[in-house]
Order: sequence, then structure tokens, then C-alpha cells
Amino acid sequence: MADLTANRTSASRAGAENPIVRFFKRYGWGYAFVLPSLITFSVFTLIPVVWAFIISLQNYRLNGDSTWVGFENYRLAFTTQSGVFKIAIRNTLLYTVFAVATNLFVGLVLSSLMQPLGKWAQTFFRAAYYLPTVVSAVIIGVIWRWIYNAQWGFLNYVVGLFGIPPQRWIASPDLALQSIIAQRMLTVPATAIVLFSAAMASVPKELYEAAALDGAGAIRQWWSITLPLIKSTTLFLVVLYTIASFEVFDLIQVMVPSGVGNSTQVIVTQIYQTGFQQYRYGVAAAEAFILFLMIAAAAAVQFRLLRSDVEY
Amino acid sequence: MAVTLDRPGGPVAPVVRDSTTQQRIGRIVAWVLLIGAALLALFPLYWLFVSALTPTQEVVKTPPDFFPVNASIENFRKLFAQAKDYPRWFANSLLITLSITFFHVFVDTLAGYGFAKKEFPGKGFLFAILLSTLMIPPQVTLVPLYIVTRNLNLLNNPLAVILQGTANVLGVFLMRQYIQTLPRELEDAARVDGCSELGVFWRVILPLSRPAMGALAIFTFVRHWNDYIWPLITLTKSANYTLPVGVASLQAEFQTDYGIIFAGAALAALPIIVFFLLFQRAFLEGVRMGAVKG
Repeated sequence: MADLTANRTSASRAGAENPIVRFFKRYGWGYAFVLPSLITFSVFTLIPVVWAFIISLQNYRLNGDSTWVGFENYRLAFTTQSGVFKIAIRNTLLYTVFAVATNLFVGLVLSSLMQPLGKWAQTFFRAAYYLPTVVSAVIIGVIWRWIYNAQWGFLNYVVGLFGIPPQRWIASPDLALQSIIAQRMLTVPATAIVLFSAAMASVPKELYEAAALDGAGAIRQWWSITLPLIKSTTLFLVVLYTIASFEVFDLIQVMVPSGVGNSTQVIVTQIYQTGFQQYRYGVAAAEAFILFLMIAAAAAVQFRLLRSDVEY
Repeated sequence: MAVTLDRPGGPVAPVVRDSTTQQRIGRIVAWVLLIGAALLALFPLYWLFVSALTPTQEVVKTPPDFFPVNASIENFRKLFAQAKDYPRWFANSLLITLSITFFHVFVDTLAGYGFAKKEFPGKGFLFAILLSTLMIPPQVTLVPLYIVTRNLNLLNNPLAVILQGTANVLGVFLMRQYIQTLPRELEDAARVDGCSELGVFWRVILPLSRPAMGALAIFTFVRHWNDYIWPLITLTKSANYTLPVGVASLQAEFQTDYGIIFAGAALAALPIIVFFLLFQRAFLEGVRMGAVKG
């Protein structure tokens, strides 16, 4: 922002007698309107991001004698604590692949099925699917921890009906990660449904009528008209759900605070533990930047893959 | 929770009216799937309320009761007797969330107007910077913000949570998108009539932006009401907790006294559920606005 101001003043100095006054008369209100949000944005996002990167290059100490260590923290992230961070990355990727694939598929199917319904029924289903989403992930985590309870949990009652012996689910190192992924897969993807529904509703009706005249059945219409025309929404949702999965924390922290050995560690639980339980600030900052890089890389790949044939 | 089968033959799109057997089967399958998904979505919450209304000694039995046959408010009484800070958590959450919401509705509308309707050098550049940081995960700023908060002695102060909550710029985009659609003639007419710049904003833009501001308020409120990791890091004394941090702490404190935990979680879920049901339309509108681009 500093050099922008410099450019502006030098450019307007070529003008008449009091260019600064004129400049502010002309543009002052524009700056005034955006200034408050630029200030909070700079103080609470922009500067902290830059500072976080600096911390990630330091052996940061709260008392002030921090030392520069280059990219050592990025190496330490992977090598210390017997490589938990590697497990965390693997778990996060597994969680993301299953969560995004299932959520998108279920969201697409449910919103397609809702499409021919009347307005009232559509509103009802959208609200029913969305309701759990407004409840804090902490509360959802408390509930699922109870459903997965090894002794009294609802799930053990259900599998018992099929003659399967009770399992320890999230308390078992072998089942914990699967249970957590299953929880996400069983969550009805409300945002996807709302956005898919909106996108499907905006597909011009004439296209379907024309296709019907040509003898195309419902499934053929869905495949050749609906799917291609909602592709930008699909892309947006894939990126949105991928980012959310990469950043998963609340649910896992509440369901399995211990991490069951290390079997349910994900990237953000690692950042939390490294930074705020072990107070290794530099390494925690490095881990956060690794997460950032992963998100950027995933988004770039997804844009490539899904954009390539979206031209219409 | 009683999800009734809403008139299966209800208002269905005209295309599939004259149904063959195949189409009828297809419709039944669709309804079964949709209702099944609704039950799946709502069951966990239902189960929470059933469990919260069931005394602990009843809740730990097999098979479980599907309805609160022995309903009692014993768990809630125990919650308030033993988790003394619970009302404070609620008050803390309310104070923090309302402050953040007021801030965003006001400041984001100002900025949205500036970016939508005003011309000034560097506008595109500034907007691009805002936009680009949306991709940065919020976890990146945790460490530096924690260090500042600590150095400023703001740990355990609601101000720490409120200030951090003002950082989000999503609202600026929502408001900019909405205000862009307002016709310029109205502003110009107001200026001709002698309105000052602030007057134009106050008398023309604000009233016209009310629907978007409402959606933004609801959206912001729910989002920050549920915030967890930042309050968890900065609020370490029970009296200062927000509701999510407090509810999570019940699990550690009361271990197997499940009744208290469920009562605490159910009571925390209730207001936001009521809130959603009241403002459902505006809320889903907000979800859509957040995604539909320019």
C-alpha cells in the first residue's frame, strides 16, 4: 500500500495547484468507505500471514531471543515426534478423498431427486438437510462420540441386531480413523445440496423440452444436459469441500481428544498440539504453511481437471 | 422429528405426470431416498435430545429407548448445579458473536459499497489482495495472533475473540456483489437532491441493502457462534469459555456422567436450531449468495 500512495501523489503532482486536495476530493470517499475493512484485514490477516512465515523460519521464543533457522522447521515438522506429522498428512488425505467423493456424489444424487418435486417439498428437504449444519461441530462431535461409545453406543446396538459383536470404534486404534471417515460420509452434504439445487433450477427448461422431443429419457437428459451445465458449481463445491476436509479439526478434537495413539491425527490437530500444547511455535507455523501449500496445490489440480472441457 | 410422508402425489413437475409403472417405481424410490437422507441427517440431533432427557442410569442400557419414555429434566438440573459456569458461557458467546456480527454488517456494507460503486486508484489491486487471502487457511494466522494476544495480555479476554473475528472478508464480497446490482440512478438522484456522500450511503444504499445485510448477519452469527479453535486457544479459564469450548470441556470434566454432557450439548444446540428455523429462508439465501459469483 505504501508504494501505491507514492505513485499516486507523484502522478497527480503534475496537475494543478493543489493536487493532493483535489485527489482527496475526488477519491477520498472511495478510500474512506473501504478503509475500516482494509485496516482490520491488514492487522488480523495480512500482517499475521507474513509474520507467520517469518516465525516458520525461526526458532521462536516468547521472551525475544529467537534465532533464524532457515527451513529447518519444515524439516523438523516431518522428523520430530517420530514422524507423526507424516501420519497426520496421510490421514488428512484419506479423510479428504473419501469425504469429498462421497459428499459430492450424495449431494448430486439428492439434489437431482429433489428437482422434480414441488416447491414446498424442496424447501422442506433443504431445511431438514441444512439444519444439522448450523449446529456447532463440537456438539455434533459430542453426539457421535456417544453413538460410537464402545459400551452403550447406539451403533453397537444396531450392529448387534445383525449379529455383529460390539466394536470399540473410535476407541480402537484399528477402527478409529475409519469411524471418523464414516461419520463424515454419513453426513448429508447440505451446502452441496443447496448449491446444486440452485444451479439445476437455473438450467433453461427449453433444453429439456428439446431433448424430450428428440426422445431422450430422464437419465439421458440428466447426463447430457444437467451435468455439463452445472459443472462450474461442481468445481466450486469440490474445491470448497476439499479445503474444509483439509482443515478438519473441531469434530476430531472433540470425538477423540487423545488421538487414539496417533491413529486419528490430522494436520490441524498436529498444528494445535505442536503450537499450543508443546509451544514449538516455529514448527507449528511451518506445519500451517505446509497445509496452505497442500490446499493451493489441490485447488490448482482440481481447477485444471474440471475446467478443461467446461467451454460451452 | 416426525418426518411425515408429505402427500406422495403432491405437486410434482408436469413432465412425469402420466406415469408408467416404471416411473411410479422411480418416484417411490426417490421419495424413499430423500426421506431416508432426512432421517439420517436429523437422527444425531434427535438422539442428543432423547439422551439429554433420559437420566444417566437409564441412558446406559441395551436396547436403548428410541423415545424419551422416562423423560425428566434431572440432567439439566444437575448441569446447572455442577457446571456452574454454563450460563456464563452462554453470555460470553452471545457478547462475542453479537459484537462480531454488528461489526461485519456495518463495516462490510461500507466496504462493499466502496468496492461496488466508487472509483479510486488501486481499487482493483486492493480488491485482488482481499480476494487472494480467502484461500489462505485460517490456521496460518493462529501462531502470530496468539503471540500478540499473549503479549497484549488479552488471553481470557473476550476482546481477543471479537478482534480475531473481524478479520474475515467474505462479507465484503457478498455486499459488493449485492450492491453492484443496485441501479446507479438512485444514488445520482439523491446527489442531485443535495445528499452528501454519507447521506447517499445512509439514505439510499443502506435501506436497499437490507436483505443482503440480513443474510450476512445471520450467516456471520452462526459461523462465529460455532467458532472453536481460536477460543479454545485464547480462553483458558472456565468462566471465560464460549459455549463450544465449554461444552467440549464437559466431556473431560464429567467423563461418564453422560447425562450432564448431553444436557449441556442439547441446551447449546437448541437456540441455534430455533434461530435457523426462524430465519431459514434468509439463511439458505446467504449460502447461495456466498457461492454465486459476480
